[in-house]
This record gives sequence, structure tokens and C-alpha cells, in this order.
Amino acid sequence: MSRHLLKFSVNGVAREVEVPAERLLIDLLREDLALTGTKEGCSVGVCGACSVLVDGVLLSACLLPAFRVDGTEIRTVEGLASKEGRLTPLQQAFIDHGGFQCGICTPGQLMAATALLGEDPHPTDETIKHFMMGNLCRCTGYQGIIRSIHAAADEGAARA
Amino acid sequence: MTSTYDLHMPATAREAIDLLARHGDDAHVMAGGTSLVLMMQQGLIRPAHVVSLHKVSELRGIRSTADGSLEIGALATHREIERSPLVRAHSAMLAEAFARIATVRIREQATLGGNLAHADPAQDPPPALIAVGALVLIQGPGPAREIPLEDLLVDIFTTSLEPGELIVGVRIPPLAAGTRAVYLKFLPRTEDDYATVSVAAAAVVAGDGTVRQLRVALGAVGATPIRARAAEAALLGLKADEKAIKAAAERAAEATDPIADGRGSAGYKRSMARVFTERALRAVLA
Repeated sequence: MSRHLLKFSVNGVAREVEVPAERLLIDLLREDLALTGTKEGCSVGVCGACSVLVDGVLLSACLLPAFRVDGTEIRTVEGLASKEGRLTPLQQAFIDHGGFQCGICTPGQLMAATALLGEDPHPTDETIKHFMMGNLCRCTGYQGIIRSIHAAADEGAARA
Repeated sequence: MTSTYDLHMPATAREAIDLLARHGDDAHVMAGGTSLVLMMQQGLIRPAHVVSLHKVSELRGIRSTADGSLEIGALATHREIERSPLVRAHSAMLAEAFARIATVRIREQATLGGNLAHADPAQDPPPALIAVGALVLIQGPGPAREIPLEDLLVDIFTTSLEPGELIVGVRIPPLAAGTRAVYLKFLPRTEDDYATVSVAAAAVVAGDGTVRQLRVALGAVGATPIRARAAEAALLGLKADEKAIKAAAERAAEATDPIADGRGSAGYKRSMARVFTERALRAVLA
């Protein structure tokens, strides 16, 4: 049972944590770092509640061994808004356009949509549905999520 | 809950092979980890040693070789394959098959080599790759070797890899000019589900309509993906009309041995194997 010292950053803050080999990223975030914005839903990589960005890549924190984040930059939902609390256009759009209901899936939806808009600043409905299909909303509020992503894309265009 | 293990992080394929040789059956290889993490979380396997390949940079990348082959490193993720211009230029079918696996998060983490070594008969890459004649590049304690993918997958979750051997990549030889290929996946439940049945086909048809080359492979219909050789033989050298296509699809369905599960009874899956083989054959031959 080996242990490993990991050096990485979360939302711009440098971190050093020693973990057992089998530690998963979801537990590193929630238990070791008390960053509970990232939710654990299905624990098998299906529901998307634990979506995070590792070096900009969208991944399931419940499926990724913690040792794999050594040397990386992690971004979680806590890292979207500015330090002063200014929301990203995407977060504001979720509020303005009914992008969430109960909220459990919202951190994951936001991280997935952030990754999507990074790749494709003006996604079509089809692109949004294909990219976001791995982020389940148990309230079935999908239309509001799609509206919010379109609104954030328009906002991004307006500011560009 | 995952039992604990000793983690090894080799920097080269040779170091990884040496570690596998030293620890034998006590060691498991981790590539992307999507399957291995789940199997450990569920207590299905409890390896004492895990050899993670994530620092073995020689296993990354996708390239074209001098002879026109496409070589995909074992650590290429499904997403890299889906988005690679080289893959799309070699076989758009292959790029599209990878683009429809599970969800974007899984595709970002899961690797080609891990997928093949896992040998899950319901996965998408094997039938798509078999249809384009993919060869698996293997290194181990002995000489490096290259085998057809269908010879790697010998039983459910079982490969023909020898102890200490590692999949280092896949080579897809140049496809004949005019090759048409399709991958069809029957998903009656959700888009991110495992296929109920899947069919890949690649064909070359002469100007007069004669079938010159044909490879047909099916997934999720038995202990391994199957190459439907009887269906291929039923059409090669002939002009494929609707009657011949239906007869060949019948041969493909006869070669299946599906299990009943939540996606359907064995009989239903066999019927769907016939229907989807017909559709695949029409797409590449008609």
C-alpha cells in the first residue's frame, strides 16, 4: 500500500497532499480539501455530478485516481466565479434562464458547459445535446440548461 | 471500496514490462483507468500491484507511417481518436465510432489500449477496428509481435496476451481506394448506453457492382466481438442485390451467441444482429 505526495493546483491555489495509491479525485477534493462543490452522484462515471476540469479536460472525479492529478491544474465549480464573487456569464445565464431546479447536478453541468464553450463558443442545439448528454438532471430540466448555454454563448459573443 | 495496492509509475514500456514480469498475476496494468477503477471499486479485482502507464509517453500519439498505415498509441484516448484529423482522413467511420462511445468524460479518460485489453465484448472500438483490418502491436519479455485484433480477443474479458505482455498500439494498414465503411450501433435505451448490438462493415465494390472486398464485424452478440466470415463469403465476388444482402445478414445472425440481459433476450438480439447487418451491408454495398 504505497502513499504518494501530490503537488497540483486547484482553482489557482497550490496544494500538496499525501494520499494512498487508491485515493480517488472526488475524495481528494471533498474529503482532503473540503471542496464540496463537486458532488458525488452515481460513483460510476455515468451521471456527471462530479465533472471537473483537469488541465482543461473534462473528467469524472469519481473515476480518476488522485495520483493522476500530480502536476496538473484542476478547476472545480468553486473556481468559476472571480475572487470578488463575480459570476461567469455561464453561471449568470443558469440563474437568468432557469438552468437549474434542485441544483444537485448544477456544479457538474456548469463544468461540462464551461468545457463545451471552451471548445465551441457557439454550439448548436445538437452539439450541446451530444456534449452534455453525460450530465444527468434528475429534475429533467434540460431545456433550461440548453437555453442557458445558448444565452452564455450569446453573452460571450456580445463581449468579444 | 477499493482495497489498497502498491502503485508503480514506469517511464518506459520496457520498465512497465519488467514490472509485469516481476509481479505476475499480482499486478494489473492501468491505462486510462475507467474500467480498472470501477472493477476495483466494486471489489471484482484486488490487485496487490497496479502498474500505471500514464508516464509512458512513448505510448501516446497518433501518426501516419511511411507505408500509409495509421498507428494509434495504446494511450491515445477515445477523444483524441475521435478528433484526430489523421484518423478521420484514414477512416471517417472509425472517428465517428469513437465519437459515439459513452460520454465525453469517459472518452477523455478511456484509452485505446485499455479498451482492447479489457476485452469487453460490448465495446465499440473492436468491431469498428476489425472491419478496417486493425493489427495489435504487442511488446513483452519476448520479441515484439503484431496480431490481427480478432486474434487478441479470445473470450469475455480475456485476451491472448502472454504474461508480461503489453499492448503498445494499433496499426491500421492503408485502406483500398474506394473503401466504404459504416458502424451502426443499436441503442434502444439511451445514447450513452452499451450497444444492444453493433455492426461494422467495410467494403470495396467494383465499377460493375461486384463485391471485391468485404469485412463485417459485430459487437455485443457473444463472448467476443465476431468477424462474420460466412456473411463476407456469401457476398464476395457477387453483385450484391437485396436478396444476397438478406441471405448474408442471415449468415451473420447465425454466427452470434448473445446473452439475454436488460437490453433484450438472446432471440431479440439475434434478430437485431440480422437487421443491423442488413442495414450496414446496404450502406456499404448498395
